[in-house]
Amino acid sequence: MIDSTSAPAILARDLLYAWPGKAPVIDIEQFSVARGERVLLRGPSGSGKSTLLGLLGGVLTPARGEVSLLGAEISALSASARDRFRGEHLGFIFQMFNLIPYLSVLENVILPADFSPARTVHVGGNLQAEGRRLLAALGLGVSDLLSRPVTELSIGQQQRVAAARALLGNPEIIVADEPTSSLDHDAREDFLQLLMSECRTQGSTLLFVSHDTSLGHLFDRVVSLGDLNRAGRASAHPGQAA
Amino acid sequence: MNTLLLALRSLRNRLTTAMLTIGVIAISVTLLLGVEKMRTAAREGFADTVSGVDLIVGARSGQLNLLLYAVFRVGDATANVSWQSYQKIARHPDVEWTIPISLGDSHRGFRVVGTTGQYFEHYRFAGERKLVFAAGRPFTELYDAVIGADVAQQLGYKADSKIIIAHGLGNVSFAQHEDKPFTVVGVLERTGTPIDRTVHVGLQAITAIHIDWQSGIQAPPGGRVSAEEARARDLTPESITAFMVGMRSKVMTFTMQRAINEYRPEPLLAIIPGVALTQLWNLVGIADTALMIVAAFVVLAGLLGMLTAILTSLNERRREMAILRSVGARPRHVFTLLVAEAGMLASAGVAAGVAICYGLIFATRPLLERRFGIFLDPSGLTGYDLAILGTVIVSALLIGVVPAWRAYRNTLSDGLTIRV
Repeated sequence: MIDSTSAPAILARDLLYAWPGKAPVIDIEQFSVARGERVLLRGPSGSGKSTLLGLLGGVLTPARGEVSLLGAEISALSASARDRFRGEHLGFIFQMFNLIPYLSVLENVILPADFSPARTVHVGGNLQAEGRRLLAALGLGVSDLLSRPVTELSIGQQQRVAAARALLGNPEIIVADEPTSSLDHDAREDFLQLLMSECRTQGSTLLFVSHDTSLGHLFDRVVSLGDLNRAGRASAHPGQAA
Repeated sequence: MNTLLLALRSLRNRLTTAMLTIGVIAISVTLLLGVEKMRTAAREGFADTVSGVDLIVGARSGQLNLLLYAVFRVGDATANVSWQSYQKIARHPDVEWTIPISLGDSHRGFRVVGTTGQYFEHYRFAGERKLVFAAGRPFTELYDAVIGADVAQQLGYKADSKIIIAHGLGNVSFAQHEDKPFTVVGVLERTGTPIDRTVHVGLQAITAIHIDWQSGIQAPPGGRVSAEEARARDLTPESITAFMVGMRSKVMTFTMQRAINEYRPEPLLAIIPGVALTQLWNLVGIADTALMIVAAFVVLAGLLGMLTAILTSLNERRREMAILRSVGARPRHVFTLLVAEAGMLASAGVAAGVAICYGLIFATRPLLERRFGIFLDPSGLTGYDLAILGTVIVSALLIGVVPAWRAYRNTLSDGLTIRV
């Protein structure tokens, strides 16, 4: 199913999406991210970011066009096959509140293993050990942190736990949706450096969505969603994309 | 960690709400199970009012009427059974024993039953239980009386207490058999049956106290017969109110019943107590069915409380669902999560309810037996109990489909968008 050699990590072609009864919020001719590439997708809130991520994550189906990840056309798959694909090949980091409040730090990190056998297999031996390794790589090596309720962590720490979870089991694509917007400037750089280096180690593709242009220098490429999305330009209804 | 464990952890995170929900379900299940246990105990206790008696024979009236006055001491006989007919049936070769019963008098609201020593020997209740004397012995002398537990307790009688029997059944009777006082010689253990409210005397004593009475009035002083004079008279009664029959072989019961019902010289009626008791229970048992329905509605209220609690939690948990979706959870996982939650709350509630119910049974059993003669069965859950409890859990799972469906729909529309 997955062309592991040449196909781009992310390919969107002729993509059109509209919420029922509304004008289109996404209208993209072509957008692609190569394997291992780290791309900053820049766009103000309301430019259709969430909708685009929904389409790439396979929770939304486009009205027209194609979304292919790793060579598999997920927009043509059934809903449950898309769910499985997402669980196996994508890692998500959100803006905030990434963690399940009633699970421990470590349990949050190894959560994807419950829903994706492929990622469990990829981890190989000990899930917990791999979780600890990732947390340590992201600067959360302190052992007493692991047993604490996640609600007691600082936002910066929570985002690192979320990053560790996204990276667990080595998914090919990491999608980060404004993960640094609630961090201060130093923490932002720190977080990004650690995320980047871990992506590099694992060979993951990173699609990083942010309105913050100051981070551009850290990425291979910066794409403006405003330029990409014809719907965003043409329509006067930015609110619909939120 | 599988979905069920996830549901458990999620519940633990909302411990207060979860415990309250479990508590409400537990109380409702306690009520439901308690009503069912009491109902069974009452029904069995009722059916056990008299046992070991194959036939009850009285003047021809209705089956229930005969049962009511012969066993429950309620209502009056319309006619009597002649002594000749009684003797003829009692001597029948298939009849092992008979207990004659003569009613019509009372003592301070408690009925007086004239009978023989056979009564204490053959009467059974609650299966194989025999009448046991808490104090004293059966009557032997003409003016001896044996009283039930309630009579002794309410009137404060002990062995050797003197009592005066009143003519007729009124609570306050002006016609007293005061010239022939009785001595209490025995007090029976509590039975939980109408025997507790009965004063027993010998059949001859009934004849003796009425020897100088005619049409409900005692003869004027000149024609009276003293207690001592009465001893010398022939005290064989002319008639009795009813009698109980024990057959040599149970197989002959129906034949004997038919024979008595077709007895030519006198219109008689023979009933099988078990059949009549069941018929009577069908009449009075409606109340406990009503109670059961009320209890079922309380359980429904408990489950609706659970539904409210889960539905209320859904909005604040949309983020949780979106996170689960982002790591690959399918909508059916979300659905399972919520149905499992309902199932766990209900199961915990049912378990707690059963525990509380049995705790109460063990705590109140001595009191119930002593005060009300209700013998609760403390043994395990019956198949019927389990079916009831299973129904509660299945209902909870079905009710859990409502929030699960809501969450499923939310999940589809929210996608990965985390709404704050």
